[in-house]
Amino acid sequence: MSRQMPTADPVVTPELVKQHGLTSEEFERIKKILGREPNFTELGIFSVMWSEHCSYKNSRKELKKFPIAAPNILVKAGEENAGVVDIGDGWAIAFKMESHNHPSAIEPFQGAATGVGGIIRDIFTMGARPEFCLNSLRFGPITAENPKSEIRNLKLAENRRLFTGVVSGIAHYGNCVGIPTIGGEIYFDESFEGNPLVNVFCLGVLRREQLARATAKGVGNPVFYVGSETGRDGLAGAAFASRELTEQSREDRPAVQVGDPFKEKLLLEACLDLLAHDAIAGIQDMGAAGLACSTCETASRAGSGIEIDLAKVPKREPGMTPYEILLSESQERMLIIAKRGKENLVREIFAKWDVPCAEIGRVTDDGMMRVRNNDAIAAEIPAKPLAEEAPLYSREATPVAAAVSDRRIADLPKIDNRRALRQLLLDPTIASKNWVYRQYDHTVRTGTLVKPGSDAAVFFVRYANKILAATTDCNSFYCALDPRVGGKIAVAEAARNLTCSGAYPLAVTDCLNFGNPYKPENFWQLREAVEGIAEACRAFGTPVTGGNVSLYNESPAGVVDPTPTIAMVGLIDDEKHITTQWFKEPGDLIILVGRGIGFQPTSDRRDADATLLGGSQFLRVCHGLKIAPAPHVDLVHEIKVQNAVRDLIREGLVKSAHDCSEGGLAVAVAECCFNPEKLLGAEINLKAADTPATTVLFDESQSRIVISVARADLEKTESILREHGVLFQELGEVGGDTLSIRVNEETFRWQVADLYDDWCNAIRRTVEDETERIPSL
Amino acid sequence: MKFAVIRFPGSNCDQDCVASINGLDGLRAEYVWHKETSLDDFGAIVLPGGFAYGDYLRCGAIARFSPIMKAVISDAHAGKLVLGTCNGFQILCEAGLLPGALVRNRSLRFVCDMVTTRVEVDDSPFTHGCPKGALLRLPVAHGEGCFYVDPETLRELNANQQVILRYADRQGRIVSGANPNGSIENIAGICNREGNVFGLMPHPDRASDARLDSADGAKIFRSMLQTITAGRTATAPERVKQVA
Repeated sequence: MSRQMPTADPVVTPELVKQHGLTSEEFERIKKILGREPNFTELGIFSVMWSEHCSYKNSRKELKKFPIAAPNILVKAGEENAGVVDIGDGWAIAFKMESHNHPSAIEPFQGAATGVGGIIRDIFTMGARPEFCLNSLRFGPITAENPKSEIRNLKLAENRRLFTGVVSGIAHYGNCVGIPTIGGEIYFDESFEGNPLVNVFCLGVLRREQLARATAKGVGNPVFYVGSETGRDGLAGAAFASRELTEQSREDRPAVQVGDPFKEKLLLEACLDLLAHDAIAGIQDMGAAGLACSTCETASRAGSGIEIDLAKVPKREPGMTPYEILLSESQERMLIIAKRGKENLVREIFAKWDVPCAEIGRVTDDGMMRVRNNDAIAAEIPAKPLAEEAPLYSREATPVAAAVSDRRIADLPKIDNRRALRQLLLDPTIASKNWVYRQYDHTVRTGTLVKPGSDAAVFFVRYANKILAATTDCNSFYCALDPRVGGKIAVAEAARNLTCSGAYPLAVTDCLNFGNPYKPENFWQLREAVEGIAEACRAFGTPVTGGNVSLYNESPAGVVDPTPTIAMVGLIDDEKHITTQWFKEPGDLIILVGRGIGFQPTSDRRDADATLLGGSQFLRVCHGLKIAPAPHVDLVHEIKVQNAVRDLIREGLVKSAHDCSEGGLAVAVAECCFNPEKLLGAEINLKAADTPATTVLFDESQSRIVISVARADLEKTESILREHGVLFQELGEVGGDTLSIRVNEETFRWQVADLYDDWCNAIRRTVEDETERIPSL
Repeated sequence: MKFAVIRFPGSNCDQDCVASINGLDGLRAEYVWHKETSLDDFGAIVLPGGFAYGDYLRCGAIARFSPIMKAVISDAHAGKLVLGTCNGFQILCEAGLLPGALVRNRSLRFVCDMVTTRVEVDDSPFTHGCPKGALLRLPVAHGEGCFYVDPETLRELNANQQVILRYADRQGRIVSGANPNGSIENIAGICNREGNVFGLMPHPDRASDARLDSADGAKIFRSMLQTITAGRTATAPERVKQVA
């Protein structure tokens, strides 16, 4: 370091090392890699590259448990910015999900918006044209149980602010870039108060041969910086995301980036334009840890070195230090390693789209990431150890015992089942999310065949002539009660949702949202959930193609319920197989596929009926109870049920299919009645021996699907179900304008229009004052 | 006969417009980059939806200064058919080819939904397959689609039969509940006095395939083709004379 430039950088002291979130052992390791003490800039680079967000140092050993290989997987988890799956006829899909929890907790609008921007870049970095987005969101409660408490009301107002802010942020960014947001899920629960979860998914389509790699290949190839100028925003955001949220986190607001979807759109088109010209050796977006991360990672992947000059980097403001330039997380930027001789083409294309473009360096062969600032050297680090040799830890794990209820249903305060269903449909977790998705452009790109609101979104990729289905799922409540079972159910439910839409599942991306891994209970939850997901993914033959880990999801109020969000993508072979959840015609027969009413997985339990309601939304919403056990799931049985329903769909027998999830059978059937074209009633008759009606209506037993078929097809349907060896039972008939459910001798009746009004308007009435009706229908 | 689909930086329905037009028999569309200056090769012009220039300053306010707009304006004055959907409608208003303005939705929120619109004139170059009173199901997706004009201009629009589409309920009634954005008199689409420039907030490009819930948008593109092949645009000056 003879040419060390004179700088005003602070001296590296143990204090400073600690402030950078590095332990003394990690610091020793850095010194060993460098063969000397790092300077301030280098310390900053190591700090972000070895943060949990970039290095997965506390989770990587766990993530290795996921199945990642299959013949159709073209790019496996961890290899690139996103996994790539072959979908046939020369076409492939790239998809991934990422979290933007911490930024959204501090600044919901920009936090969520830049989350969308980041995931879109991850997709077009692969050479894929982004086709659609999904999102999975968690917030604190937005409805009051006790409106008199002033403190509670302040919290509710804050939760609503985060909820509405995140939704407008997602809408702002996705709508402007012109990528439809076609589905997802939203849950509200106390555990997310102060630490919302914002997980965003994007999928893109590419020709197999167009696959782009994030590698700095070819010694001497020029390195281009393209996109927005670098500013001081988002400094060390990756490190910020790797800490717990505290009362002081607001001061971290400068760590939240500000997005510009217009620039993203131009960058997207320019990059895809360039990729079509065979001028690129490698391409990577500048996301977390910005320029520092993209340079060392591309070099490390290629086994090459890279040299850049910060003086050539387009900057938004004067006087930025190398530390700031390298660690800035300014949005809408990419690093492109062009093929030698194509420099002018790169410049022409970016000039056409009015996107800043600068040649800032070249690929070298010495394995070093060398950062110049004019004539001085600002940082010089071996690329591979920096990018890939962060220490990996296996943290201590201690099981958390979930509260198991020993109360029988009979002992709970009496609740009228008629009222209970309405209460459930009014609960924002179950209620229609139309207030949200009406703000998302979900029809741009003219591929949305099944709009948000059904079990899975279905999207037609016109130019590839492929029909895709996608869903995100995770019941955090189950995961809190039993993370292993909760993880399995998340995968099973995702697959079930795809099955109900007529698809067969292909692959999975995940977003693991947990608490501080240094707390043994949190680490145990992470490990359990990962093992549950891994087991289920093996069972379904759906490899994990990548994803993201978000730890430190804790606010002063406590840790979030563990939330390993699963996004699953499937293919639909034939347009005719597309199925939605709504009943279609009066006179059709309703069948429940899966184990029948009152099935008890653990017969030795004294409190069998309460057991079935464990983890249910009924207990949470109507009794304020979060009690174990989570529902049981038998993967072999689950797969049988799904295969049976998929075969029925392929035979053209199924008019509607909807899985039983939150709120149990009663909510599932009610939702089937809410056909957006015309509300339909149903008459249902259940024999349940001595299971209480409440359990029959609201238990959340898994592996159950409500289908409707034409009366004439009943026999054929039943014989196919028998061939598959799955249990089923005829529930009743579609028709009329009431939903009537008879359990043994008791009949419960609701006007469908009333139920629909509750369900359809609950969220809007909560967050808006006006009484304007939603004009559809 | 080709349709030109103008690509402004930030247009995001350009691909949808080209794909939907090319998906119809006898129609062909091509992209025209906004830095181009001539549209002589094209028989009709489409300004697609999106966020041209990020909608910064005001929707369409910067796009109207794009080099191609000179050609759009002169071709419009010469009688060529010009269709502006969503952001394209906003640009046409900013460019002065259509009266009025599109302001923030009354709800102050972006709205994406399927709406019903009612055809308000018997025979326009853009809807002549659809008689007065016909209902078209079309998607909307916009944050600034609330149409506003001063009372005097509004009277003229009505008197000159320039209101082509209004938001209606499924029965065809013009009621406030069917108005997704608070537009004055439920106006969803208007044309200029000459009848050859048409702007609407709904997206015909997203409703040209029955798989997408509605193929009513295709009627607008087909109508344009019929108008052009019948040489009907030539009668535009006459129409001006009539209304004058």
